[in-house]
Amino acid sequence: MSQHEPLRLHVPEPSGRPGSPTDFSYLHISEAGAARRPPVDTSHFDTQDLAYALIRVLDRDGHAVGPWVPEVSPAQLRRGLRAMMKTRIFDARMLIAQRQKKISFYMQCLGEEAIAVAHAQALEAGDMCFPTYRQQGLLLSRDDIPMTELMCQLLSNECDPLKGRQLPVMYSYKRAGFFSISGNLGTQFIQAVGWAMASAIKGDTRIASGWIGDGATAESDFHNALIFAHVYRAPVILNVVNNQWAISTFQAVAGGESTSFAARGVGAGIASLRVDGNDFLAVLAASRWAAERARANLGPTLIEWVTYRAGPHSTSDDPSKYRPADDWERFPLGDPVQRLAQHLVTLGAWSEQEHRQVQLELEAEVAAAQKEAESHGTLLDGHIPSASTIFDDVYAEMPAHLRRQRQEMGV
Amino acid sequence: MTMLTKTKESRVAGAVGETRQMTMIQALRSALDVMMERDDNVVVFGEDVGYFGGVFRVTEGLQQKYGKSRCFDTPINEGGIVGVAVGMGAYGLRPVAEIQFADYFYPAYDQIVSEAARLRHRSAGDFTCPLTIRMPCGGGIYGGQTHSQSPEALFTHVCGLRTVIPSNPYDAKGLLIASIESDDPVIFLEPKRLYNGPFDGHHDRPVTPWSKHPMGNVPEGYYQVPLESAAVVRPGKELTVITYGTMVWVSQAAAEETGIDAEVIDLRSLWPLDLETVLESVKKTGRCVVVHEATRTSGFGAELTATVQEHCFYHLEASIERVAGWDTPYPHATEWAYFPGPGRVGAAFKRAMEG
Repeated sequence: MSQHEPLRLHVPEPSGRPGSPTDFSYLHISEAGAARRPPVDTSHFDTQDLAYALIRVLDRDGHAVGPWVPEVSPAQLRRGLRAMMKTRIFDARMLIAQRQKKISFYMQCLGEEAIAVAHAQALEAGDMCFPTYRQQGLLLSRDDIPMTELMCQLLSNECDPLKGRQLPVMYSYKRAGFFSISGNLGTQFIQAVGWAMASAIKGDTRIASGWIGDGATAESDFHNALIFAHVYRAPVILNVVNNQWAISTFQAVAGGESTSFAARGVGAGIASLRVDGNDFLAVLAASRWAAERARANLGPTLIEWVTYRAGPHSTSDDPSKYRPADDWERFPLGDPVQRLAQHLVTLGAWSEQEHRQVQLELEAEVAAAQKEAESHGTLLDGHIPSASTIFDDVYAEMPAHLRRQRQEMGV
Repeated sequence: MTMLTKTKESRVAGAVGETRQMTMIQALRSALDVMMERDDNVVVFGEDVGYFGGVFRVTEGLQQKYGKSRCFDTPINEGGIVGVAVGMGAYGLRPVAEIQFADYFYPAYDQIVSEAARLRHRSAGDFTCPLTIRMPCGGGIYGGQTHSQSPEALFTHVCGLRTVIPSNPYDAKGLLIASIESDDPVIFLEPKRLYNGPFDGHHDRPVTPWSKHPMGNVPEGYYQVPLESAAVVRPGKELTVITYGTMVWVSQAAAEETGIDAEVIDLRSLWPLDLETVLESVKKTGRCVVVHEATRTSGFGAELTATVQEHCFYHLEASIERVAGWDTPYPHATEWAYFPGPGRVGAAFKRAMEG
């Protein structure tokens, strides 16, 4: 018999499950304004505390406080709020369209709207995002991407720019700096680094922004991205959206227990921040800080955005099976839309009445776009792209074997 | 010499300038040099490829000539090497990534299959990644299981990829230039046993170096050997051998040694395939032997065998023979019992003639 006690396997668990409320103390939340703001040319060593703290700007009363308060006009914040509201309404409508079987599948970004929308405001034309499937805010905050076109992709109809080849939400918009979404988690993270390296090789001034979720940080692509970004000092922002859940798997199982995802960056030699992702001003400020570093050849920045996936993973998921149903209402970082609205009210640049009116306007705008998109067909009515188009774009020019197979298909 | 009919055409069509005797390594280096000179978007990287010039010396001198931002060392991270190459391709570069040995590409398979191969299709042409991934493959150097594999079937099975494998310095340069200029992702397999000379499988005999071989005579300048174009390297009347890489030379030796007048086809591009050249030959000879180094089961030979059978059933006088590596890991000490040498290939020729 060994004199040692038996070894035990530790399998992480969330603090809450259906029927027992979550103890959110595991989040280690700093007070708004408490985290310091180092100069952009700081070293990764100097961000060690910031990788475990939580950078926040908006306090409980909606006031912007501390060193991270960004210079931003009320007009820009109003645009941001409007884009977040539009994203939420768009998601809600598309969720219904999926329930009506007009769309095969949908993924909302409910609760995470501030991250993509505020980040987009920190980037410049020509920069390239390598998003996951929950950054539709990057597109919906732009005026040059019509909602109708996005909806045609979701409906897989005859006007789907991706010709019915991709699941809904897997958009591709080179003209809007939005890389084609893969669906294989994590692959885009290292590609963002490659794009940024290419920009540096060419002496360009554009930067890349890569995106990944807490769950997919466990993939090798995440580690590969950190290594290459650090080694070549790539002009890239590495965003980790920690929304606590990867389908049913709590972020602790991805390695977030008793540490932070931002801390991984420091270990790899990358300046890293942990930021309140539901705080529009904090997202804007941290994104600008990282973008400025990238553009000044100071290298990559990793930012962990702490947020909460308020909705199901996708329309195929039922989160009430694995987490408390009221978690989002109890989530200590609140609702990003309400928080920015509250801040604008304190500035005298927003009111409840205006909020209601904008809500109605946007609902009408989204409904009109949907009506137009559906006029081009839905998955339900069979107005889908011709099946023969699957043979296009496999290669730059169609080889003989695909011409034969297209003929064999007989359409 | 055995004249390469199609290569001969492309020589006339594309080749310019002085020629020089080159090894396959020098020819590959010359291709990279020519393309880096012609196109600023061509960048070359991989493990040990920068300052040192690669473990097989293919990239020697390129960093010195074109600078560290166009030819550089990478971390030992194949997934990362191909991952950044996809991003660079999406940006608009033409990256040429080296995987030190084909045996090491596996961590990059997701980036190759799910990303590089499908990016054009899934984005309906919005993004593309015209990258070339070079990797030394095949056995014959006592490399054991981690320096000898022939994984081509893992690429030919993937739609959207081009898989290319030269068998001599002239083709190596022309095919590499064509691969770099291709707008599709290309897997460029380099049979490392052929780097220094045309190895015919007789490991106990000296090999003629490329410096004394007509296929080592390579133009200094730019030329392409077109993709999707096979070469009839040994015209013959009695049977057709479909092969590629090192086995092109082994098959020719088997023809000489058995006295069977075999027509040997070097596919050069495995996929997409020059089916026309293959079918024309099999319909003429009525007999077919497929030869490759890779393991037999679900190997590329299975695809070739099925395709030939589909198109040439009524022309075939005998069942199609396959010669391949045994379905075992590639051995170290017993390499020559594993490697399909001219004896095994010749025996298959005889079976095909008798069948």
